[in-house]
Amino acid sequence: MDLFSQVKILIRKELILEWRSKYALNGVLLYVVSTIFVCYLSFKEIDNNPTWNALFWIIMLFASVNAIAKSFMQENRGRQFYYYTIASPQAVILSKIVYNSLLMLLLSVIALGFYTLVFKNSIGDPLFYLISVLLGSVSFASVFTMISGITSKANNSSALMAILSFPVIIPILMLLIKFSKNAMDGLDRSVSYDEIGVLLGINLVVIVISLLLFPYLWRD
Amino acid sequence: MTKSWWKLLGCALLLYSVIGGFLMPVPVLPILNESIRNLYFHVPMWFAMISLYFVSVVYSLKYLGSGKIEDDLLAVESVNTGVIFCFFGLISGSLWANITWGDPWPNDPKLNGSAIATLMYLAYLVLRNAIDEEQKRAKISAVYNVFAFPVMIVLIYILPKLTDSLHPGSGGNAAFSALPMDNMLRLVFYPAVLGWVLTAVWIMTLRYRIRLLENRHNTIS
Repeated sequence: MDLFSQVKILIRKELILEWRSKYALNGVLLYVVSTIFVCYLSFKEIDNNPTWNALFWIIMLFASVNAIAKSFMQENRGRQFYYYTIASPQAVILSKIVYNSLLMLLLSVIALGFYTLVFKNSIGDPLFYLISVLLGSVSFASVFTMISGITSKANNSSALMAILSFPVIIPILMLLIKFSKNAMDGLDRSVSYDEIGVLLGINLVVIVISLLLFPYLWRD
Repeated sequence: MTKSWWKLLGCALLLYSVIGGFLMPVPVLPILNESIRNLYFHVPMWFAMISLYFVSVVYSLKYLGSGKIEDDLLAVESVNTGVIFCFFGLISGSLWANITWGDPWPNDPKLNGSAIATLMYLAYLVLRNAIDEEQKRAKISAVYNVFAFPVMIVLIYILPKLTDSLHPGSGGNAAFSALPMDNMLRLVFYPAVLGWVLTAVWIMTLRYRIRLLENRHNTIS
């Protein structure tokens, strides 16, 4: 079986497992919605554009750490051995990245909808803001999936997940905040091309490195 | 004696950079004044740090290929030494910034980037403490080390170029080579960089050898 069909089957498996329990999805949705609500009750309203933008990304950061930290925890040792015998490690990590990206895309769209509902603010260029959010969720997914693979081998502590992933995600977060701020202010689209290019580049590098490194992590 | 020529070279270059750095003439520039001499001490710290981190990544990759515990020990000791040089770089930089920019910690992408890079490598050391089993610890931390390195390169070299920075060479500021500086600066600066890098590598190999002895001692007893 080639890599592509393995990945397809593994993604289907993830989706079916998720659909049966609905644990991760519901848990994370509730997490993000209640976080936004807590922020709403404490801030009441935000007039300032940079604050509005930064708060949204901070909420997304914590929600995505929580969402993706679970991705290797649900599998017990026996099941991992089983995957090891039937699939290549590249297929496993790739399927996790794709699945987490899908999860994050859904999550970020819902979060953005709810966030704009409670904190009313005008976005200058809604299409580009949406693109920045989608690009951000894919970047979060690709970085956090590999880190959660690393922490899953190190006693699965969630504190370790935060320590390891925050320094790695900060450059991406800074680029995303800049990009989305440009979109928010309705600046000319060509201003953000630099950021989009670097973000896509980082994503590509992270995914390639994950593919190269995961086989070592996997064999235990 | 045949193997230690580079250590002697490192010492000689350091001695030269300290003496030359304080005594040789420097270009007279506004604001910077005599503090420009810090160039010979602040910038080589970062060169030493980057070279040590690079050595560490190379040995982490080597460990993943070979599985020899020695490679892992060398990678750790490189990070340990690199973190020290990073702290020296931050301290010498904030002393300099306090004089020229009027603030020990101005909001500058290069400063923030190197602070975050420090966090990344401290996280690497914490990760090592979290795992007890030796082989497993070596492997997982090697994976994290390789994973974090390209992000650090983005952080320190690419991000500051995209945004405004107080540092020369980024965000529209002229690089040092474009400054009207005479070759006096270069005459001390390049030897200083080489001297600090060699000394850093020397310190790292000393720590590595102590670590090896400890390791051997622990396995026998």
